[in-house]
Amino acid sequence: MSQRQVLQVFEQYQRARTQFVQAVAELAARPQNIETLQNAGVMSLLRPLLLDVIPTIQQTAALALGRLANYNGDLAEAVVKGDILPQLVCSLSEQNRFYKKAAAFVLRAVGKHSPQLAQAVVQCGALEMLVICLEDFDPGVKEAASWALGYIARHNSELSQAVVDAGAVPLLVLCIQEPEIALKRIAASTLSDISKHSPELAQTVVDAGAIAHLAQMILNPDAKLKRQVLSALSQIAKHSVDLAELVVEAEIFPVVLTCLKDSDEYVKKNGATLIREIAKHTPELSQFIVNAGGVAAVIDCIGSCRGTVRLPGIMMLGYVAAHSENLSMAVIVSKGISPLCACLIEEHEDHIKAAAAWALGQVGRHTPAHARAVAVADVLPTLLAIYMDTRSSEDLQMKTKKALKNILQKCTYLPALEPLLHDAPPNILKHIVGQFSKMLPHDSKARRLFVTTGGLKKVQEIKAEPGSLLQEYINTINNCYPEEVVRYYSPGYSETLLERVENYHPVL
Amino acid sequence: MAAASGGIMAALARLQARLSGLREEYFRRNRAVDEDRKIEYKAAVKIQSWFRGCRVRAYLRYLNKMVIFIQKWWRGYRSRRYFSKLVETAYFIMKMNFYNEMAVRIQKRWRGYYVRKYIHNYYALKKYLEAISVNNEIVRSELQDYKEMKEIEEKRKDLEKKEKEEKYQARKMHYLLSTEQMPLSPHGIYNSPFRKSPDPMELLLRKSKPLSHRHQQTKSPFEYELYDWPTCKRPPTFSTAQPLPPIVRQKPQGPFRDTTEVLRQRYKPLEPTLRVAASINSPLEKAREEMKREEWRNRIHDNEFLPFSSYRKNQKYDPSIHRTGKYGQETYGIKHFREIQPKKWVADKDFQTVLPPIVLFEKFGKTYSRAGQIV
Repeated sequence: MSQRQVLQVFEQYQRARTQFVQAVAELAARPQNIETLQNAGVMSLLRPLLLDVIPTIQQTAALALGRLANYNGDLAEAVVKGDILPQLVCSLSEQNRFYKKAAAFVLRAVGKHSPQLAQAVVQCGALEMLVICLEDFDPGVKEAASWALGYIARHNSELSQAVVDAGAVPLLVLCIQEPEIALKRIAASTLSDISKHSPELAQTVVDAGAIAHLAQMILNPDAKLKRQVLSALSQIAKHSVDLAELVVEAEIFPVVLTCLKDSDEYVKKNGATLIREIAKHTPELSQFIVNAGGVAAVIDCIGSCRGTVRLPGIMMLGYVAAHSENLSMAVIVSKGISPLCACLIEEHEDHIKAAAAWALGQVGRHTPAHARAVAVADVLPTLLAIYMDTRSSEDLQMKTKKALKNILQKCTYLPALEPLLHDAPPNILKHIVGQFSKMLPHDSKARRLFVTTGGLKKVQEIKAEPGSLLQEYINTINNCYPEEVVRYYSPGYSETLLERVENYHPVL
Repeated sequence: MAAASGGIMAALARLQARLSGLREEYFRRNRAVDEDRKIEYKAAVKIQSWFRGCRVRAYLRYLNKMVIFIQKWWRGYRSRRYFSKLVETAYFIMKMNFYNEMAVRIQKRWRGYYVRKYIHNYYALKKYLEAISVNNEIVRSELQDYKEMKEIEEKRKDLEKKEKEEKYQARKMHYLLSTEQMPLSPHGIYNSPFRKSPDPMELLLRKSKPLSHRHQQTKSPFEYELYDWPTCKRPPTFSTAQPLPPIVRQKPQGPFRDTTEVLRQRYKPLEPTLRVAASINSPLEKAREEMKREEWRNRIHDNEFLPFSSYRKNQKYDPSIHRTGKYGQETYGIKHFREIQPKKWVADKDFQTVLPPIVLFEKFGKTYSRAGQIV
């Protein structure tokens, strides 16, 4: 009988512990309770429960710790300072899958806040254990382990190198081939985080044979998976020409173009990012993308989205147009200028506008034909308005100025240049006047039009220092016209005439 | 003889008579001669000098003429030689100019042809751009079809889901079916006598089977996503261009060569030498382009240059899997390399080396630089 009572005491204690730990885990799921829990000293209470005999208590304690650490960085630091991580790591190898999942969750929650915390996670030897978890049979364990590795590798390249040194990459590539969608997503996102830091890391990922599997998964209908896969491929392709060529050889075109028509915004964005990273390296790669019809797809994608989702598409058009004039003409022929102009007008963010201005500058800067195509689309007044706007940031102003300068230096389409004469500031004005001075001496119809639209009058009103380039251009223009016409349009001519009338003595 | 002597004496007397006047005459004659002498002397000198001068002049003239003759001949010879050389060079220059002009004409034609065909082929470019726009149209229409297909699919999935839910609800509420005995509430709420035809819900209720009391199977959330591609068995692909089958024509009658051979010869592509094909600045250009491209690519990473010493000061070495133990890193390879336990040595010295030492290992701990503690 007393034995039963003794055992009853133990059972009560066990029940109490279980209840406590489950309640804490429940409470920790809600953010508003966490402050109170922290103040009540939950960390020191949970720590010995991690070493409890009952496995369920261990797992629930680990889960509660994970949720607490997930909340913010201070709690995660408290977890680290409380020396909890080495215990977790050491007991990871013997435990069952629920414990492994919970422990991996804790490691992930600690490692995600800052590089120092992730470094602490690495220093207690967690990486080897996580890699061992990646070899486990249960897909949930693999998912939790690869998620933790992904968050650790995300911060900087040393941590990524540590993850790679632990031998995670081949196992991650195996994880990608598993049938579970969630596992595929997480593995793809981890590979993307590893390969984004440096070309060597990307090469390591490629050497493990990741590209072929990632390329196959583009066809999968799941939107979130597609996001991660496209992001991984673009992080690989961005570092060098060889890596980009490897990605292209995996025959992603033209399947990638279907991603640009997906209903999910981020799939479109990542697809456009991938195409941009491939297009920016060499003219041959851009040529290949143009031949596959990529430019049309990206232009449609830009037209259908709003906001930052457009940005990679705009930059891709800019890179393609910048490589050579044939490619730029291909962009123009695919009706690329009007969406870019629409972006300039509609978007509110300065960096998107700056990207659109830069792209337009790249399209129009090659030959007069290109500049004419850009000018006909009424882009120049918009660019000028943005340049003159005081609310634009410095970067935006600089990019619009460069774009204007590049286009104006090749623009021979005079009707588009006329309206700019009236509002432009002096540094832009000298390019405009320069263009006029080049074109007017040879074309009589243009001269007549220049006079009738009031351009000559405006030119006379410009004050320029004698000897400057602007003055030379003005002189060239004035020399195209007979003197009376020039004098007629010079400012103050009516006053001089009236003065002459006053001083005139009539001959009777 | 006397006459002769008389004659001689007469002559003598005549002479002596003239003697007295001889002196005066002598003086007079001398003086006359003296007076004339100067004049005559001067005249003689003049005549002689003039004559000598004439002679000398004649001689000089003669010499002059000879010299002129020689010089004329020599100079003519020299300048004829020079002139012939001049003519030669002028002729040569004329020939070279002619050749240059002809070469310019050939090069003009050739360069125009080459540039127009291989470097900037306007018509090919135009065709290419047209082909691109055609291709773009195709791509756009295919993408549009794809999008529409996906939308139809989604709508169909939604519809199916809704239908399934409705059927499930009907099966659950089977008891609300109207019957003969109780056409109206509480059973037949979907049937009213004022309606001409029964409510669709009523029809559904009539069709459906009542739910049994089995446990509902929990549906896995991945069902729709992975295995639910109702319309297409394969993912949509773009049609890869199949090569067209060859046109089989009858061989023309006569001594003609094989058509394929002829066409191959006719359309044999130009194989320009590297010198022609590459532009003049090509190695420089290529190097510049390479640099530009690298710059462009790596523009995103701004921290290019990191100083060695202060960057890595606070970083602990990340252990590799080979060297980690349960409680940290092993110091083999870092703090000590070979196991040396001097306390166990029998003598004070180390072993005598028989084989030649490995240079790298001999350097252990003995390099100059502080950074090489791990050599």
